[in-house]
Amino acid sequence: MNWVWFYRLASPLWFYQTTTRWLPWLGLLAFILLATGLVWGLGFAPQDAKQGNSFRIIYMHVPASFLALAGYFLMATAGAIGLIWKMKLSYMVMKAAAPIGAALTFLALFTGAVWGKPTWGSYWVWDARITSMLILLFLYFGVLALQYAFHNEEASNKASAILALIGTVNIPIIYKSVDWWYTLHQPSTIKLTSAPSMHPDMFQPLLVMILGFYCFYIVALCLFTRVEILRRERKTGWVGDLVGELNGSTEGKRQ
Amino acid sequence: MKVQFQTINQILDMGGHGFYVWSAVFVTLTVLIGLIVRPLLQHKTVLNQVSQDLAREKLRKKTAGEGN
Repeated sequence: MNWVWFYRLASPLWFYQTTTRWLPWLGLLAFILLATGLVWGLGFAPQDAKQGNSFRIIYMHVPASFLALAGYFLMATAGAIGLIWKMKLSYMVMKAAAPIGAALTFLALFTGAVWGKPTWGSYWVWDARITSMLILLFLYFGVLALQYAFHNEEASNKASAILALIGTVNIPIIYKSVDWWYTLHQPSTIKLTSAPSMHPDMFQPLLVMILGFYCFYIVALCLFTRVEILRRERKTGWVGDLVGELNGSTEGKRQ
Repeated sequence: MKVQFQTINQILDMGGHGFYVWSAVFVTLTVLIGLIVRPLLQHKTVLNQVSQDLAREKLRKKTAGEGN
């Protein structure tokens, strides 16, 4: 088997150069998708028969929750790859995923709270889905905190990765919480195995928002990873060359 | 597919749910923008630091050279 791609992927320089080329386009795509989905969902989708207009919060709540979970899975996988193959870039991705995941989990909880008030009459209930999402937020915080808990970078990377891996136990609990326990939270409207239980006019903008959030997530992850790369490789020749090039181009403009 | 709201007030009010919907929109946009701006600023900071380090290194080499 040819492993060249794997080693290439492990190279921070290769990652940095490739993302420099692709990020503007991906960012543009994410912006277009999010803007379209938001305007479509807020202004054009029909209102819900029972919930009225508060249901429009779904266009932020569901995509944020999806990415909060997918992001955790990605962070734990990156941690596992780092532990097994001692891949530097993998740990950097793990580190980059933690603040983004925490922000998106917070977003899922916040949009859920302002949706809960008009729908259930309460901003917060200690039901299974919401509590397990709160635990997810604390797991993200834990991974973030462990990175600063040791002087030795190797040790903090390992500790973060192990915590991230242990925390994956929480992921199926979040998914299944609406089926396993009696809860206020409605069961999932989107399933891979069957048609969505939502009218297409409401579902299509949601799909656009989910795609937009995925693109956004990749952009944010790359941006955070690039900062990690620069920080760790600042003493290497290529970062110096990069700075030289940038300074050269601004000096060129001044003349 | 048709527009659901006719006037600005209807858009803001959202049938009485305006506060909930718009606070969700506001916080979502703030978080998303923050997740882009923060790494971009940090990126700039690191590059500036490297640039300063290189300049200092250059100066140090130059003065060391003059000393000889």
